[in-house]
Amino acid sequence: MTLNIIKKIEILAKEINRDVVIMELCGTHTEAVAKNGIKKILPKNVKLLSGPGCPVCVTDQKDVDAIIKLALNDVPIACYGDVLRVPGNLVLKADKQKQKLSLNKARELGADVNEVYSTEDALKLQKEKKDLVFFGLGFETTTPMTADAIKKGLTVYSSHKLFIPAMQVLVDTPTLKIDGFLNPGHVSAIIGTELYQKFKLSQVITGFSGEDVLLGIYMLLKQIAERREEVENEYTRCVRPEGNPVARKLVDEVFENGDAFWRGLGNIPNSGLKIREKYSKYDAKVKYKNILSCHSELVEESLESTGCICGAILRGLKQPKDCKLFNKKCTSENPIGACMVSSEGACGIEAKYL
Amino acid sequence: MCLAIPGRIKSVDKKTNVALVDFDGIEREVNVSLVDVKKGDYAIVHAGFAIQKLTSKDAKEISDLLEGK
Repeated sequence: MTLNIIKKIEILAKEINRDVVIMELCGTHTEAVAKNGIKKILPKNVKLLSGPGCPVCVTDQKDVDAIIKLALNDVPIACYGDVLRVPGNLVLKADKQKQKLSLNKARELGADVNEVYSTEDALKLQKEKKDLVFFGLGFETTTPMTADAIKKGLTVYSSHKLFIPAMQVLVDTPTLKIDGFLNPGHVSAIIGTELYQKFKLSQVITGFSGEDVLLGIYMLLKQIAERREEVENEYTRCVRPEGNPVARKLVDEVFENGDAFWRGLGNIPNSGLKIREKYSKYDAKVKYKNILSCHSELVEESLESTGCICGAILRGLKQPKDCKLFNKKCTSENPIGACMVSSEGACGIEAKYL
Repeated sequence: MCLAIPGRIKSVDKKTNVALVDFDGIEREVNVSLVDVKKGDYAIVHAGFAIQKLTSKDAKEISDLLEGK
């Protein structure tokens, strides 16, 4: 089957007879593309770009700093493992090298930082550590779990984000020429297919195996060749047109839309989820307002630029290899930018697989 | 981060909405409050929660794959 799809992709690419740029929006797609060597087997005129769909990569420095501040003030923290090594902007005042702190570094300094697999694990941990704060981050796929945990009494610092507003930013970037999007599979399992209709662009909701991604690319090329701008669904085994209404209702009960800062993309109106006032008892931004706003003896913010171009990479304007730090000063072992830290970040994947 | 994998529901505790799910031989407890599933169904699981039930046709394909048919 796979060979057949590759052949069909080659025929379509020849027929289109110009450069075609496809953006895979989801970080899990970027990983699937690299793992399966898909870039190497595509025809020369079909180019794949990585998008902003790596939640860890787009988590703003200020959110990382806030969690580190809580951790350094003896508040126990629970988070998904992906975010542990992401640097914020805080540095130790005593550190002459001004190395930016991550949650891992905070842990080395004695902070109580716990990696969890799920919010259910965080709830279990809360029984031992009653002041525990969960660092809630991720897109629509991950938000329902946080909403469920808040209803069960878990205190959360929310950095949750919505996917559609980020797509809007990409569509509105005049320098970015994209012919089609591979839309995220598991975000769509929750939000369904309708919200994508507002973008006048060829789109295919795609699953995560190598075959899924190839089929998604084939379906996009077919749309492009036939000059169609539609939302198609390759991942029908998991994505229904209506998505998962139960999950959306749960999220809506606990969260409301608000502006959010995205690393690399800046402030995007109505792209974030904040905890509703009804649940403010479990909102770490309210509960620990004093710690978050107070001046620290130990750390300070350093806005000195590292030279990292993660922002342009997340918008598809630059590639990892365009960054002068890539695989030199910024490596998997010693990452400077978030895109190198995450297993779904474009730089980390490029360094690992290529 | 948005990685999710299919598993087969072995049993469901209706009171707690927790199911025992078999992931190709590894069993884990999964919260199934977001989906309507029963024993024998297949579901896609993300971060400890089932987010969507798989259609029976797809479940059969996966089951066949696992059994090497």
